[in-house]
Amino acid sequence: MTEVQTIEQLGAAAQAQGHVLGGGTLLMRQVNYTPHQVPNILRITDPAFRQITRAGRQISIGAGVSMAQIIASSDLDFLAPAARAIGGPAIRSMATVGGNLFAPHPYGDFAVALLALGAQVQWADGRTEDIEAFLASRETSKGVVAAVLIEPPQMDALRFGKVTRTKPKGVSVMSIAVLITGVGRSVQQARVAFGAMGPAPMRSKAAEHALAGATLDATGVAAACAACVSDLAPVNDALASAWYRREVAPIHLRRLLLGEN
Amino acid sequence: MPKTPVTFTLNGAETGIFVDPGLNLLEALRREAGDLSPKFGCGQGTCGACTILINGEPHLSCLTLAVAAQDADISTTGGLAPGADLHPLQQAFADGFAAQCGFCTSGMLMAAKALLDRNPRPTRDEVVEAISGNLCRCTGYDPIVDAILDAAARVQGRVTA
Amino acid sequence: MSIEFRKDLFADERDDNLNEIGKPKQRQDIGGHVRGRTAYYDDHLFDGLLHMRCLRSPHHHARIRSVDSGAAERMPGVRRVVHPSDVPNNLNTLLSLIGFGKDDEQLLSDQVVRYMGEPILAIIADTEAQARAACAAVRVDWEVLPHVLDVEEAIAPAAPSVNPAYANNTFDYGPYDHVKLRFGDAQAAFAQADHIVEAEYEMSPIEQAPIETCGAIAAPETADRFVCHTGTQALFFSLGTAAKLLNIASSRLHFIGGTVGGGFGGKVDSITEPMAVLGAILTGKPVKFQWDREEEMQVGAPRGAERWRIKDGVMADGTIIARELTGFFDAGAYTRLSSYAGTKCTGHLPGPYSIPNVAANTFCVYTNRTPATAMRGFGITGVDFAIECHMDRVAEVAGIDPISLRIKNAYRDGDMKAHRRVAKNCALVESCQVAAGKAGWILGTEDMAASSMAGSTPERASIPQTALDEDGKINERRAGRTATTSPVKGTKQLPAGTHGRSHVAVPVQRPDMQIAPERVGHDDPAARGAAHAPAPVAPPVAAPLQPAAAALPAAAATPTPPRAQPAAASQPTPPASAATPPAAQAPQLQAKPYKPDEPFQRGVNRPGASRFLSGARRR
Ligand SMILES: Cc1cc2nc3c(=O)[nH]c(=O)nc-3n(C[C@H](O)[C@H](O)[C@H](O)COP(=O)(O)OP(=O)(O)OC[C@H]3O[C@@H](n4cnc5c(N)ncnc54)[C@H](O)[C@@H]3O)c2cc1C
Ligand code: FES
Ligand code: FES
Repeated sequence: MTEVQTIEQLGAAAQAQGHVLGGGTLLMRQVNYTPHQVPNILRITDPAFRQITRAGRQISIGAGVSMAQIIASSDLDFLAPAARAIGGPAIRSMATVGGNLFAPHPYGDFAVALLALGAQVQWADGRTEDIEAFLASRETSKGVVAAVLIEPPQMDALRFGKVTRTKPKGVSVMSIAVLITGVGRSVQQARVAFGAMGPAPMRSKAAEHALAGATLDATGVAAACAACVSDLAPVNDALASAWYRREVAPIHLRRLLLGEN
Repeated sequence: MPKTPVTFTLNGAETGIFVDPGLNLLEALRREAGDLSPKFGCGQGTCGACTILINGEPHLSCLTLAVAAQDADISTTGGLAPGADLHPLQQAFADGFAAQCGFCTSGMLMAAKALLDRNPRPTRDEVVEAISGNLCRCTGYDPIVDAILDAAARVQGRVTA
Repeated sequence: MSIEFRKDLFADERDDNLNEIGKPKQRQDIGGHVRGRTAYYDDHLFDGLLHMRCLRSPHHHARIRSVDSGAAERMPGVRRVVHPSDVPNNLNTLLSLIGFGKDDEQLLSDQVVRYMGEPILAIIADTEAQARAACAAVRVDWEVLPHVLDVEEAIAPAAPSVNPAYANNTFDYGPYDHVKLRFGDAQAAFAQADHIVEAEYEMSPIEQAPIETCGAIAAPETADRFVCHTGTQALFFSLGTAAKLLNIASSRLHFIGGTVGGGFGGKVDSITEPMAVLGAILTGKPVKFQWDREEEMQVGAPRGAERWRIKDGVMADGTIIARELTGFFDAGAYTRLSSYAGTKCTGHLPGPYSIPNVAANTFCVYTNRTPATAMRGFGITGVDFAIECHMDRVAEVAGIDPISLRIKNAYRDGDMKAHRRVAKNCALVESCQVAAGKAGWILGTEDMAASSMAGSTPERASIPQTALDEDGKINERRAGRTATTSPVKGTKQLPAGTHGRSHVAVPVQRPDMQIAPERVGHDDPAARGAAHAPAPVAPPVAAPLQPAAAALPAAAATPTPPRAQPAAASQPTPPASAATPPAAQAPQLQAKPYKPDEPFQRGVNRPGASRFLSGARRR
């Protein structure tokens, strides 16, 4: 049945065939429920897979780094809110950054934050890819993600919000991450990313466009909030209908932009 | 299919078992290592009944590959009581009616232990967050939250009413 | 959490020297719980345990053209493919053990599946993963059939027929396709009312979702017996059901249970036990049959959906003079316990209020949804939700404080309930007063002075003349001859003061410890002619099942028909046969009770005893 291959060197992972084991929070469910669909598991023991390293402005987060590690890292405090939003404590000590990049709807909250940050995805074979391109082709991509590369944003420039129906924890009705560059309340540039609003985390370029040059107040953000919906492709699921998601997306974007949460 | 040997520390005791490579740690602990305290409620991470501590951190054993537990330091509710006396968490659960059917209790106790080991004086909100991955269908959670706060107080030597 | 005792209320009704109630007390099983040592069914380890998994329907309704399990049989670890033909007596209904309803469900379905997730085959393998993989390798050729998922669409004449035992998609509360409750003349009273308030309410199915999923482990034991560890909430029910389905003497089954990881009603359906025992019989090995979480949610029977329409006639002062209710219980594809929900619910109508004119039609409807079963107060919860929402609506229309409205209409001790039993130990008035106090809700002095023990009048305490109708006989709706589901205008009158049958509980056993056949309910020709003295009891009403039956007006017209012969005594009266109107109320019209086609080869075969329960201790 399911075989496990242990890989000690990330470089060697590039050639291996099978399902990469991150924290296993999604893959092990598949192993438990449909074992015949997971004939081979690749278990990577290379310590580099689980390390956070800094080189100049750039921070490399190993794909095997867990959400708990992100929360504990002093270099990554801007990502802690997104990491804290994932599952309960046990899920967070298991769930990895790499796994979150592949997590299907409605999961992938951490990837939403990475999308807003404009992260680069580094494959074990040495390729790097823009996260947006990565997310667009993740269903068919092959290989092992080794790390994600990011540059830390300015203080408070990254905002993250997650909407759930159960408290304190729940799966996303939607998550939103916004990266704003500008001075004070005036926005120069913005990157707006949504999770659980399409097959994979996605940007709303219409909202980004409307925010460029806008002021962060109720009238200033109104156009962006109204526009965001046009880029989103939500589906019906057990948590919310597509209709509901579309109706409330502008409201949650406004709350996040104006700090109304 | 050849089985794979795995060795780890289980509640302080060196343990070795043979498992099918794809087996999850919950089944491995229960059927091979004989520790029946973690429970199966879902096998998909949603209920928390299988919560154990690996190197002090809470993990869901149903979503952990058994062979990945090589060399791990595992604690379960089965090893919580040091002897005839109960651990303060166990005592507080017993006194506070924090278990009815008891099926969630092992997982709750491990989630609570992970919290108190890190944060001996949690707030109520922190307790709620700490057990947010654990479902209980019987108690309505309040007695569990109260019991965890009570246990923290007992350990601190603080007395609660 | 503290409990407040209001011992000032009804103080003289009780002897107030309680030693345990109101004082904290530890559960006797708590030590095991907190040490992780309580042994649930799955905490019994067996060497060489085999794992059983089911292949389930991906369709709501489909015919099985063919099943090819050849590849699965050859897969590693597979010990046995279990086909429907391996089930010795593959047709059952849960309540057949108490003689209520027709056998309508197979353990493994061989021809047609009627809900998504219905099992058609099982595979037993060395590991769970192997059993899962083998199930995935079975090829089934399905012919998808039209399905119906809505109760009212299901009773339309052209709807697909869901369950062949009840081809009209309604449970037979003989002679009608619904339970009737008639008290006074609601139709006439509506004409007198100042306001008419009508609304519809709905409740979705609710999964009990115990943290421990349903399951059982069975293993061969000494003396040709099988041990079965189970999480069932109904140990002897599960034992009797397993004995019947497997056609095996219950004395050969050693069931161990009682430690349940949460049930809430979801562990009474007795499916995992016969499956596990069958596996142990077929393989000679210990076999575990455990639902995973997806199965628990998809095929675990929930509290069924309900739809209610309520119409009230209200006077300007808030007095409710008439209430009409039309209710639909969604049974899903098979009966399980939904038939009981319908009768139980009818005994509860019109809610805790004294209303002089009440008419209710309650349907138990088959749809292609997951079969429904018990859950905490089932039969009552949904309609209570509807009634209390409706009370608020009535208050709004009449311009009356909603709590005041409830106090005004609440039962007082001595009032006559719609099902013709006297209201006793009423406490709604006091509950309203206390709740209002807690919520800081100001009530008028009159409301605060009201009491459940005062306020009944000779009028409220009497049974009015009652209008009866014969609408909705079995088969007529499907043929298009019944126009509405709501109660229609009565055409006959039952005189005022006509009581229902008196309720005498039938003992489970006779003094000699023999099971009373009329209670257990399996019609048994041998038993009928047997030398057993006819039970010295009045009518064979399965009391716990039929709170409403005895009170239905038609039954009232037949005050305790004397039993003509012992034969009749062994026939339990189906609840709504009691609703036979006077004109049509020949006893022959009563629906025939359960009759197995063939006698069982094994098991207790003794006059007067159920074949499924070996309850006799001496003989
Ligand atoms: C109870 C519960 C709650 C959850 N709550 C949330 C939530 O709130 N928000 C959220 O976003 N998610 C949530 N998840 C989903 C999941 O836990 C997270 O998305 C997590 O980050 C997935 O990471 P993992 O390491 O566990 O992935 P795994 O299960 O290990 O892997 C997931 C998939 O990604 C592939 N993969 C993993 N790593 C790599 C890699 N380095 N290279 C290539 N492929 C790889 C695997 O092969 C697999 O197909 C929840 C899950 C559960 C069970
Ligand atoms: S069994 Fe592991 S989380 Fe439910
Ligand atoms: S005590 Fe039963 S689930 Fe928590």
